[in-house]
Amino acid sequence: MESSPGITTKPPRSSEHPSGDRRFKMLEATMKRLQYRSDALIEVLHSAQGLFGYLEEDLLLYIAHSLKLPASQVYGVASFYHFFSLKQKGAHTCVICTGTACYVKGAAQILEAVEQKAGIQAGETTANKQFSLGTARCLGACGSAPVVVIDDTVEGMQTPESTLQRIAEYLSDGT
Amino acid sequence: MELSELREIANQTKQQRRKTQIRCCTVGGCRSAQSVAVKERLEEAVTDAGLGDSVDVCSVGCMGLCSQGPLVSVESEGAEGVLYTQVRPEQAGLVVATLDSSTSQGEENGLVIGDRSHPFFTRQYPIVLENSGKIDPESIEDYIAADGYQALFRVLREMTPKEVIDTITQSGLRGRGGAGYPTGLKWATVAKMPPGQKYVVCNADEGDPGAFMDRSVLESDPHRVLEGMAIAAYAVGADQGYIYVRGEYPLAIEHLKKAIQQSRRYGLLGSQIFDSPFNVRIDIRIGAGAFVCGEETALIASIEGKRGVPRPRPPYPAESGLWGCPTLINNVETYANIAPIIRKGADWFASIGTEKSKGTKVFSLAGKVENTGLIEVPMGTSLRDIVEVMGGGVPNGGMVKAVQTGGPSGGCVPASEIDTPVDYESLVKLGSIMGSGGMIVMDENDNMVDVARFFMEFCMDESCGKCIPCRAGTVQLYRLLTKIRDGQATSADLEQLETLCDLVKQTSLCGLGQSAPNPVLSTLRYFQQEYLDQVKTS
Repeated sequence: MESSPGITTKPPRSSEHPSGDRRFKMLEATMKRLQYRSDALIEVLHSAQGLFGYLEEDLLLYIAHSLKLPASQVYGVASFYHFFSLKQKGAHTCVICTGTACYVKGAAQILEAVEQKAGIQAGETTANKQFSLGTARCLGACGSAPVVVIDDTVEGMQTPESTLQRIAEYLSDGT
Repeated sequence: MELSELREIANQTKQQRRKTQIRCCTVGGCRSAQSVAVKERLEEAVTDAGLGDSVDVCSVGCMGLCSQGPLVSVESEGAEGVLYTQVRPEQAGLVVATLDSSTSQGEENGLVIGDRSHPFFTRQYPIVLENSGKIDPESIEDYIAADGYQALFRVLREMTPKEVIDTITQSGLRGRGGAGYPTGLKWATVAKMPPGQKYVVCNADEGDPGAFMDRSVLESDPHRVLEGMAIAAYAVGADQGYIYVRGEYPLAIEHLKKAIQQSRRYGLLGSQIFDSPFNVRIDIRIGAGAFVCGEETALIASIEGKRGVPRPRPPYPAESGLWGCPTLINNVETYANIAPIIRKGADWFASIGTEKSKGTKVFSLAGKVENTGLIEVPMGTSLRDIVEVMGGGVPNGGMVKAVQTGGPSGGCVPASEIDTPVDYESLVKLGSIMGSGGMIVMDENDNMVDVARFFMEFCMDESCGKCIPCRAGTVQLYRLLTKIRDGQATSADLEQLETLCDLVKQTSLCGLGQSAPNPVLSTLRYFQQEYLDQVKTS
């Protein structure tokens, strides 16, 4: 009896996404590890954003289908949390910490200087998709405030000049 | 595993240590100042000098003085250690060279020596941070060598759940997440619930801007938190725990993951721990950047994979929490206090601090202050001691104007009240709160209307939008504050500001909205003139 194929309760899932994009296969593996549980949605979104960079609509629908959740719920969760981005980011990112310690030490001036230089507001990406500007509420590195994160490197004790200098090359062409 | 085996691991670890240890902080602020490169260069320098047999180079957690990082300390057996500050990678050779001569400690060759006799260090009373900066956070053996997991052993083999809860109650420990609810009472409430599925949750969603002590504890001593959670799980009858960590803290997550794996491998988490019938599994849940998830009911929703939206209490999570089951939620620092209380006893803990606030508190001191970083002091230490004596006051001889405590839920304590002893009650009396322990020093250049507006902008952005007082109220408060700042407001606007503050405070659903007006109210109370100065008189 044990060897009978009839006892499998789960229908076999296709791990091959029609697009042939291998990243879907990796996402599928994550969902499988989390047993397609609906409460694993946030973990799955973290993983999806890690793989694809941002969460586009198709991707959200794919996740909704896989976890058997209403698309509205998946979109609702993805749009609720700041960590998830529904828009494509630029090749380079600059995140300015606007926590209290950074604020009292002049983060606002840095932000203003970068906004002016790049011609975009916080949360936006330059037209040539080379540079995204963001803000974060406290990165927990208050000892070296004000702090700026450029392409995942944390830079402490910044001034408007030092930050502009650091990002100059990303802004030079076409912006 | 038996206690003897635990001791054996501890002894072996200690014996394997070499005579001299060079400890380099590789977490938090120091990491953003290239401390990982410093550590690598130190290792190379030790090998090059042929000292591999007598010198260890170890990664350790936070040593406190974050603004002076990267920090490197050299500890030799039986000798007072030397602390080097602002070490650059290319100075690694110099640090190693100082090991040679016992007289010169290297100041003349460009290394900066930290003053360990400064009150910043001597006034501290480390309980939560006792291992921080001393052990390798990624080594369970180091933690065991520092008496780790002995409290868990004692609890599982020698104490009943009730005895554990009684010990915590007698110690007088109160929740370190902000409100200061008695921990023992919370544990007892969950324990009293009918047997069945129960959960323990560690709230590591430290979102207060200006606060980084939970991050530091998780990065520097993750096993301490796991041990506290396992003890709590035994006491309340839970077999599953979750640590909800901010996604912004990748290193804390990495260290926790590693710690969980190590503890499982040693059988210190999992099933039949220390050959007792007790099982516990601890998993990590990564937050996705929502301040409101620090509120316990919102945090529960988020663990369940939903939007982090709070719900009315009661029922409290102790009765109906995760998936409707009784759930114990404590903050990182609260759990980090548990193992020492079990090891050293309730009376020892209760002898520290003030009458109503026992033990110590970790503060993250930042803003306009000379020494920024982490400090742990007994409850009741005065703000002046913390800011001026330990913190060294405002740089360049400036004057302290106010100290902001408790983040967006707290308030500003004016310089005139700087002699206040810091405990839960006295801060509330001043219109602020302890919060999780963020302390931002402000000087005369800071405009308090601007500060209030800054926090209101934060609360407006972070409001989950579920209840109207918070969703709409914070927006209106922000507009009024902007109007005042821009000199466009009249005295009627100021009156409306106060009324609206009261309304939002009284009618919001959760802590975020209820406390959002606090920074406004406290600045209005102590710095009213600044508001009046910016209001149109005509």
